[in-house]
Amino acid sequence: MDFSLGEDRQMLVDSLGRFLSDRFPFAARNAVAFEGTGWSRAIWTQMAELGAVGALFEESVGGFGGSSFDVGVVFGEIGRALVTGPWLAALQAGHVLAAAGEVEGLASLIAGESVIGLAQEEAGTAFDPAAIETRATRVGDGWVLDGVKTVVSCAGSLDRLLVVARAGEGLSTFLVDKSAPGLFVRDYLLADGGSAGDVTFAATPGVPVGEIGQAGPVLEQARSLALVALSWEAVAVMDTLRAMTLDYLRTRKQFGIPIGKFQALQHRMATLALEIEQARSAAINAADRYRGDRLERERAASAAKVTIGKVGSLVAEEAIQMHGGIGMTWELALSHYAKRLIMIGHELGDEDFHLARYIELGQEDAFALA
Amino acid sequence: MDLTFTPEEEAFRDEVRAFLAENLPQRLSDKTRRGQHLTKAEHEEWHAILNSRGWFANHWPVDWGGPGWSVMQRFIFETETALAHAPRILPFGVSMIGPVLLKYGSEEQKRKWLPRILDGSDWWCQGYSEPGAGSDLAGLKTSAVRDGDHYVVNGQKTWTTLAQFANMMFCLVRTSTEGKKQDGISFLLIDMATPGIEVRPIRLLSGDHEVNEVFFTDVRVPVENLVGEENRGWTYAKYLLTYERTNIAGVGSSMSAFEELKEIARTERRNGRPLAQDPHFAARLARLEIELENMKTTNLRVLAAAGAGAAPVAESSMLKIRGTEIRQQIDDLMRRAAGQFARPWVPEAFEGGWNGQPVGPDWAGPVATQYFNNRKLSIFGGSNEVQREIITKAILEL
Ligand SMILES: Cc1cc2nc3c(=O)[nH]c(=O)nc-3n(C[C@H](O)[C@H](O)[C@H](O)COP(=O)(O)OP(=O)(O)OC[C@H]3O[C@@H](n4cnc5c(N)ncnc54)[C@H](O)[C@@H]3O)c2cc1C
Repeated sequence: MDFSLGEDRQMLVDSLGRFLSDRFPFAARNAVAFEGTGWSRAIWTQMAELGAVGALFEESVGGFGGSSFDVGVVFGEIGRALVTGPWLAALQAGHVLAAAGEVEGLASLIAGESVIGLAQEEAGTAFDPAAIETRATRVGDGWVLDGVKTVVSCAGSLDRLLVVARAGEGLSTFLVDKSAPGLFVRDYLLADGGSAGDVTFAATPGVPVGEIGQAGPVLEQARSLALVALSWEAVAVMDTLRAMTLDYLRTRKQFGIPIGKFQALQHRMATLALEIEQARSAAINAADRYRGDRLERERAASAAKVTIGKVGSLVAEEAIQMHGGIGMTWELALSHYAKRLIMIGHELGDEDFHLARYIELGQEDAFALA
Repeated sequence: MDLTFTPEEEAFRDEVRAFLAENLPQRLSDKTRRGQHLTKAEHEEWHAILNSRGWFANHWPVDWGGPGWSVMQRFIFETETALAHAPRILPFGVSMIGPVLLKYGSEEQKRKWLPRILDGSDWWCQGYSEPGAGSDLAGLKTSAVRDGDHYVVNGQKTWTTLAQFANMMFCLVRTSTEGKKQDGISFLLIDMATPGIEVRPIRLLSGDHEVNEVFFTDVRVPVENLVGEENRGWTYAKYLLTYERTNIAGVGSSMSAFEELKEIARTERRNGRPLAQDPHFAARLARLEIELENMKTTNLRVLAAAGAGAAPVAESSMLKIRGTEIRQQIDDLMRRAAGQFARPWVPEAFEGGWNGQPVGPDWAGPVATQYFNNRKLSIFGGSNEVQREIITKAILEL
């Protein structure tokens, strides 16, 4: 067994980490995250130049990584610096393009020239793809889309969208240009920084990616890779909160001694440290099983989301609590890490959703064996 | 045992309900229900409505304008107003400095300040905490030095809630550095318009401007604004904190918020069925309801004992801990119920008069903000860790 990242990956981590701490320190991050589009295109492009986008895809489709561990480490650095932007959406959209052999579309994404988002969720989907209602209709040689997508990451500031829609049976995916006719975006900021939008499609032309009606499995796999990404991001956020809280326990004095001398807080901190290690293992498991068969992969992805959901709430709440009043302030980076961690719980299905899914997949597995 | 209300208490509850139906402006209850910010004028409006009925200072003695209610009547009032989504009565004047003056103030101070609390002439803020003195409040450093008929105050307070609205502050200052640190503290009433005071906003993680830093540079406070005796302020300060704690369980407001949550769970659909039928969410909801129901009775038992003359020290800390935890869990379930719609952040929506289109269901707009903002509940009013210290000190007798 080998739990090290390997030399190439470590180099990527180091160069991304160095770049972000030099060029995108917390003050710069916060100036970007709650203004306008909520993310910095310049930072995106520079990260792409350092290989952050390419690392998400395999060499066969023009990337230079693509394993679930590559994805994990990139998102770890995103978490450590609280980078906002359509990273998770681009990861999934790119994965669908790659599976369909759309290497050209992917190339401009990897080069950082054209940013592609993902329009999947709707008001009534609650992360269940079976509930998607957006329709794709054949018109002449082409296709048009009708429907409304919601909380679409960075919707107002992307170049293209991969839209999940239904053309008869099964799900299909379509590439839509952001300037296409019949496409309307309503943008808003997010509680933890960054932006999203509601996107309305009214007879909007789109180009099919992959075979019509066959997108279900590839979307599922893309989501599971996105769950690996989110888990690694979450663990990096937890690590940051852990370091900040430890530092505070050592330096903040009340009653003439560092508050870290109070056993009540020591035990709480010990529990956090333990839970974070469990979360790290869940994230590693998810990345590892991503290479296995479907049931293995999906169960580990859901298991990771359950774990980071549970541990995430605990770490965020305890980090604030152990800081006292100062932990409640906007000015302190800590509170923004805590908000990110809580909001990760609201992406791609929450703890309860994935617990139910984990149970269901387990029953599927047991049935298959019987 | 009999846990039902007496006929008199029931009649009283009906009277409160009728009053609310007639006098609580829907403008205010709508805002409160939606978690929107009330303006200073709106807070004052609600206080005035209650005062016109003699219900504003409902725990004050009759001689000073209280209605002479029992603890049970006060509980009923608190619950009913919360269930009707009435704005919370802000405690700083009527429930904090008011009781301190009633117990420790001079006749002259009572006659001067108490009527002004009732009629809303003054907006008080609480100047206790400092950057270096939070849980260790007695470590405070803001100094007051006697100079003729004045104290000259220098130093800094922080986390001062709504100081931006206040014209008066009750303030703990250090008047002696000799002996025990508790023995050198005095209790001053400070006019916020005095030269040398600067109020700077602190932005909370939720984006709200609710607390402030207050800086004092050679601020001259007349000696008649000293409450009680010099260097005895710690006694008065502690009296106020115990007073603050019995109300801090917020059972009424949690009951009201829980009703909202249940309604959401009944109507919000998840995977083709109401959220209330999702087994995982239903289990969370059920555990919370059980806890809240238990809390209600615990609270009533403490009130009954207090009414019979007991001084519930450990119990009031228990109410504070569990009451705030329950409220935080309600906020936690609210945001979980919102799913992806907890993420959008439209701060304009928290102000009254906003007519924009909400993202997702309209109740989902403020849930994340409220969840983050209410993390304060376990930090202020004596943190929940400090409350646990109080409980063990009271019961362990080591
Ligand atoms: C929103 C908000 C509004 C407020 N409004 C006011 C106001 O109007 N006026 C006012 O005066 N103050 C106000 N406060 C201040 C509040 O009372 C303090 O934040 C509180 O007393 C905690 O102090 P601290 O923030 O300095 O934290 P610290 O005392 O530094 O505590 C940090 C952590 O250490 C823990 N801790 C400290 N001592 C011990 C111990 N002995 N054993 C175990 N754990 C311990 C605490 O519980 C906490 O988890 C407000 C605070 C907030 C957040």
